[in-house]
Amino acid sequence: MTLPGIMADDRAPAIQFNNVHIGFEEGEILRGLSFSVMPRDTLILLGETGMGKTLSLKIAAGLLRPTAGHATVLGNNLESMEEKELLGFRREIGFVFQEGALFDSMSVADNVAYRLREEHLDEEQIESRVQEALRFVELEHTLDLLPSELSGGMRRRVSIARAVISRPSIVLYDSPTAGLDPVTSQTIITLILRFRDIYGVTSLLATQRLQDGFALANFRFDSATRRVLHDGAGGPEKQNPSITRFVVLRDGVVYFEGEPQELAETRDPYLQRFLI
Amino acid sequence: MGEMPLQMTGQKPPQEEAPSVAGVVTSGAKELVAGLQEYSYLAFQSLTNLLSGPYYVQDILDQMDGIGVGSLPIVLVCGFFIGAVMVLQTGAQFTRFGQTALTGDVVALALVRELGPTMTGILVAGRCASGIASELGSMLVTEQVDAMRAMGTDPSRKLVTPRVLGSILVVPLLTALMDFIGLIGGCVASVFTLRLDIVQFWTRAINALEFGDIMQGMTKPVIFGFILATIGCYKGLTVRGGTQGVGRATTQAVVLASVLIIVANTFLTKLALFLANKIF
Repeated sequence: MTLPGIMADDRAPAIQFNNVHIGFEEGEILRGLSFSVMPRDTLILLGETGMGKTLSLKIAAGLLRPTAGHATVLGNNLESMEEKELLGFRREIGFVFQEGALFDSMSVADNVAYRLREEHLDEEQIESRVQEALRFVELEHTLDLLPSELSGGMRRRVSIARAVISRPSIVLYDSPTAGLDPVTSQTIITLILRFRDIYGVTSLLATQRLQDGFALANFRFDSATRRVLHDGAGGPEKQNPSITRFVVLRDGVVYFEGEPQELAETRDPYLQRFLI
Repeated sequence: MGEMPLQMTGQKPPQEEAPSVAGVVTSGAKELVAGLQEYSYLAFQSLTNLLSGPYYVQDILDQMDGIGVGSLPIVLVCGFFIGAVMVLQTGAQFTRFGQTALTGDVVALALVRELGPTMTGILVAGRCASGIASELGSMLVTEQVDAMRAMGTDPSRKLVTPRVLGSILVVPLLTALMDFIGLIGGCVASVFTLRLDIVQFWTRAINALEFGDIMQGMTKPVIFGFILATIGCYKGLTVRGGTQGVGRATTQAVVLASVLIIVANTFLTKLALFLANKIF
């Protein structure tokens, strides 16, 4: 699988949506969505339920085809690709589903190892990488458990381990903290932050919770001290080269696009609803 | 947000239109054609997947085990009693003409040609088409199928083809076992109710069968296996409406597979008789 976009020019967007439309029998959901995410950056897709956040992520992963417009990811023009080509392309992408979407008849270890088995890696290598991925999400003791034996937060963490085990260059997170208590949500966001800052991945995160986006914008993971540190929120003291931006969806289009600071200081009544 | 009027969210309130008869018929016909097209594509792809890799051999073996070994008890029990009841029904008629020896012929022909394949097909459809539809349907509504695609796996190759191939391979074997156990059931009933000799029953049963009958009896279950697995997969992978939809799809899969097996049997019988005359 060649990734011409990212390899040819590191400053080309890793993800680019250009006037993307998608609709179903009930009507059009995305009505001309355009945004881009640069390599290693983070884009927070913020919006109420039913605004097309999940659809946007699924289009970015090539799981759905836009009815009009262009979606380009890692230099691949997704709407012109055959399903067979898309299968290869998706191996470069990690996807964390809202409810985890773990295979419920497989153990945690088999879930995390799934992608590596598909790539026919030898079992010894698979085992060590599964343990490494589960250690990353602090769940190495759950290897032999079934997903049904885990709590909601643990399932999300396993889902993150499964998505990142092949070290994708882009990870798409679909409401990773939805329905979780604040402490567990914080754990999930810390994991996302660690993965972003250790491996330098591009992240596209759909959420309804503004605080998830602010946490990713204002904090960084320091590999040397292995601690999460405040990162100056875009000020001169900011050390993290990764930029976090927000896109607010409303009625299938971008209602707001900008830096966290702009969103925090907004006087727009619709946007202020997210700040409460 | 849930309590907010739709106007405030910028969405238009849904406009209710009175449905017309023509509209309902047209949309129903469109849905039927689209469904038929989707099913044909799934069924065709399940076979063309075999022409190129990747192959999921372990999944095929698991399906053969689940469909074949799992269905064995019901097939054997039903086969035995179907053979026995045939003797009870036909024996009474043959007794009137003093031709009870013909019972072996009738049981063998009916079981091998018709009852064995059809009953096995319907029994396995009842057990496995429902199981396949509910399993795949649950996977679909919990986004496991999407997760599979997101990790670069083709669900058609990983989920559909192993089930179809597994079913095609084991339903003929189950049919052969049903035929055999049905003959044993018929033999037991003949010995106890008609006082027939065991050797006489088996000799007549075996002599009554020709190569064409066995071919007919072994070809039909291949088609039935294909029908029940593809219908189960299709209904499972097109579930709409959450867990309630999964329940609906499960029922529809069993009903549709059973009906299609009976309908297909008629055409296959006609074809088999035509070919038997031409070839054998």
